[in-house]
Amino acid sequence: MQIDLFITCLNDAMFPRTGEATVKLLERLGHTVRFNAAQTCCGQMHFNSGYQEDALKLVRHFVETFRDAEAIVAPSGSCVGMVRDLYPRAAEWAGDEALLEEVNALTPRVFELSEFLVKELGVEDVGAYYPHRVTYHQTCHAMRILRVGDAPLRLLKNVRGLRLVELPDVDQCCGFGGTFSVKNAETSTAMLADKVQSVLSTRAEACTAGDNSCLMHIGGGLSRLQAGTRTVHLAEILASTEQEVFA
Amino acid sequence: MSAGGIIPRKTFQDAAHETLSNAQMRRNLQHATTTIRDKRLRAVSELPDWEELRTQGAAVKDHALAHLGDYLLDLEAAVQRAGGQVHWARDAAEAREIIGSIAEGHGVREVIKVKSITTDEIELNGGLSERGIHAIETDLAELIVQLAEDRPSHILVPAIHRNRAEIRDLFRRKLGADLLTDEPKQLADAARLYLREKFLSTKVAVSGANFAIAESGTVCVVESEGNGRMCVTMPEVLISVMGIEKVLPTWQDVAVFLQLLPRSSTAERMNPYNSFWSGVREGDGPQEFHLVLLDNGRTDVLADEVGRQTLRCIRCSACLNVCPVYERAGGHAYGSVYPGPIGAILTPQLLHLEDKNANTLPWASSLCGACYDACPVKINIPEVLLYLRGKITEEKPLNAEAIAFRTAAWVMSEPHRFEGAIKLARTGQGPLVKQGAIHTLPGMLGGWTDTRDLPPLAAQSFREWWRKRPAPPTRETDGDAQLSEGELLGPQRTDDRGPV
Repeated sequence: MQIDLFITCLNDAMFPRTGEATVKLLERLGHTVRFNAAQTCCGQMHFNSGYQEDALKLVRHFVETFRDAEAIVAPSGSCVGMVRDLYPRAAEWAGDEALLEEVNALTPRVFELSEFLVKELGVEDVGAYYPHRVTYHQTCHAMRILRVGDAPLRLLKNVRGLRLVELPDVDQCCGFGGTFSVKNAETSTAMLADKVQSVLSTRAEACTAGDNSCLMHIGGGLSRLQAGTRTVHLAEILASTEQEVFA
Repeated sequence: MSAGGIIPRKTFQDAAHETLSNAQMRRNLQHATTTIRDKRLRAVSELPDWEELRTQGAAVKDHALAHLGDYLLDLEAAVQRAGGQVHWARDAAEAREIIGSIAEGHGVREVIKVKSITTDEIELNGGLSERGIHAIETDLAELIVQLAEDRPSHILVPAIHRNRAEIRDLFRRKLGADLLTDEPKQLADAARLYLREKFLSTKVAVSGANFAIAESGTVCVVESEGNGRMCVTMPEVLISVMGIEKVLPTWQDVAVFLQLLPRSSTAERMNPYNSFWSGVREGDGPQEFHLVLLDNGRTDVLADEVGRQTLRCIRCSACLNVCPVYERAGGHAYGSVYPGPIGAILTPQLLHLEDKNANTLPWASSLCGACYDACPVKINIPEVLLYLRGKITEEKPLNAEAIAFRTAAWVMSEPHRFEGAIKLARTGQGPLVKQGAIHTLPGMLGGWTDTRDLPPLAAQSFREWWRKRPAPPTRETDGDAQLSEGELLGPQRTDDRGPV
C-alpha cells in the first residue's frame, strides 16, 4: 500500500526520530512510504487557541497537500483528531461549503498510526523487540476523539521482551492541552504532578504514548524531577527489532 | 451568604491559584470527584441503552428549544388554568424584584429555600436581604455553604470542598450544636433540628425547577434529602423560578430525564424524592403559587447555532466530576454559580461574551473531552469551548499573542518558510540549552519552564533526514502489485516537492 506520511510539525522539528521510526516500521511491513515535503502543520495550535482564520490557512494547505493521497498516516492522535474531528467544524464555521466538501472527502483516509496498523491493516504483531518495562499513557485525543481503543495495547503486547505495566488512572489527561499548559500553567502542572506520580508508581523504565505532545509534557515533568524514567513514542518501540534497537 | 451570581470577579488563572495553593481543599476535591466519578460509571453501565437514552435526551431538548416560545406560552396557560400565576423576568434584577415583592407582600422576615442554582444565579438571597428578608437554605450542603458565608463550589455538592471536621466546627459555632464527633449522622441531626423548626414556622418558600411540563403546567424538583418536599408542601406561598430552557413539552419527555439525571448526578437509579406540583389545590399544600420564567441572557444563547446546545444542560454536574481541570482548580475558580466545563461555556454566553473575566473561562480546559463523554444530553462542550475561543479572539484588539499566531500561520503555510524557521530557532535556542534540555524560557513561555523541562529542537529535522536518506530497497507492496516506476525512484524525485 502506498502511505502518505503526515509527520506533524512538532515531530518534524523536535522529535524526528518518531518520524524515522514510523517510516522504518511501515516499510518493514511492506508498504511504500511517501513524504510530501509540502506539508507543514495541521493548524490545531491556531484553531484551539481561537485563531480560527489563521487556522483555516493551514487547513486549506493540508487539504491541498494530501488531496491525492490513498492513506494518510500520522504518529499523532492529537493532530489526526484535529483533521478528522475539527476540520469539518473549521470549514462549517467559516461557511466554506467547498472546503467542507473537500474535507469530508479527505478525512476517511486519515489515520493515527496504531489504529491504522490494527484496524486498517489488521496487524497486531509488527515483529518488534524492546526488552524494557514499559507503561502506556492513553492520550485524550486518541482515546476520546479517534476511539483507537486498545489498538496500541494490542501492538505493545506483541512486542518481544517488553513488560507492559498498567498505568493507574490511565484515562486521566496529562494536562498538556497545547497552549493550556502555558496559559493555565498552574492547573496544568497540578494535572501533570498526578500523572508523573502515576508513571513513577509503575516503576517502568519508559512511558510510551502515541503523541509526542503529551510525552513532551510528561517527559518535561519527569526530567525536572530527574526521575530517570524516560518517555518514548510508540512508533519507536514498534520500530525496534532484535537486529536493530531503534529506541 | 451563599448567593454568588454569574459575574466572575477574577480571571480563571487568578482564581484557580487560590484553590491550587490550598492543599486541604485540593485533597477534598480530589477525593469527592473520584468517588462520584466511579459511582456514576457503575450506575450508567447498568443500562444497556444508555447511549440511546442520551441521544433521546438531546433530541427532546433540541425540540423543546426549537419551539421554546410556543412551549413557554403553553406552560403559562396551563399554570394559570391550574390556579398559579406566571411572571416573566428579563434579567436577574427583574427576577429578584418579582420574588422580593411577593415575599414582602406577605409581610415575612424569613423565607425557606429549596436548593436551587437558578436562585443563586440571580443572587436572590442578597436581593431579599436588602428588603430585610432572610433566606434560609434547607439543603444540607447549601446550608453549610450559607453558614460558612462561602460560595458553592459544585452544582450538585455545593460543599464538596469542605470536609467533616470543618462542618462540625461550623455547626458548633453557628447553630450552637452540641457535637461531640464529626459523624455524618450527628451532623445531619444537628441540621435537622434547626431546619424542622423553620419548616413549621415559615410562610413563604422559594424553589427552582428541574423541569416544567408545558402540557399540564407542572413544575418538578428532584432531590435526595426531602427538604425540598417540605418546602413545596408546607408553606402557604410557593414561588418557583426557572430558566426558560427548563420547559419540556410532555410528561413522556420527563420520563427520559428521570433516567438520565439521577444516574448522571448522584449515581442513583432514581432520586429519593421527586416532587411535582401543578398550580394550587384548596386545602392541600401552598394556597398561592408563582412561577417566574427567567431569561437572563438565554435567548441570546438560543440564537447562536453552535452555542445553543448549551441550553440542553440539565445541571447534573457529571461534567464537573470527570473534568481534570475542575478537580484541581475547584468550583470557585470559575467565579460563577455555574462551575466546571458547563460553566466554562454557559457563563460567558449568558454574559453575551462581554465580560473580560468570564471570557477567560473557555480557555480553562485541556480539551481532553471527558465532559462530552459524560454529558447525558450530549452537549459537545469541547466544540463549544473552541467556538467561543474563536468568537472572543475575533473581538480582541491585535496583541502580541495574536501577532505571534498570525506570523506562525504565515510561516507554516509555506514549507520553505517553516523549514527556515526551524533552522533559525535551532540556532537561537543555543544559549537556552543546558545539559540537553531547556530549563528556562522567556516571557509567556516561562509558564512551561516554571515546572517542566523542554527538549531542544532536534539537530536534524525529519525533513532533513528524509532528504538525505538513501532510497528504500525495492519491495512488493501488499499482494502482488509491483511498485510503479515513479515510486521506485524513491523520495527524492517524485515526492519531495519542497525546496532543497
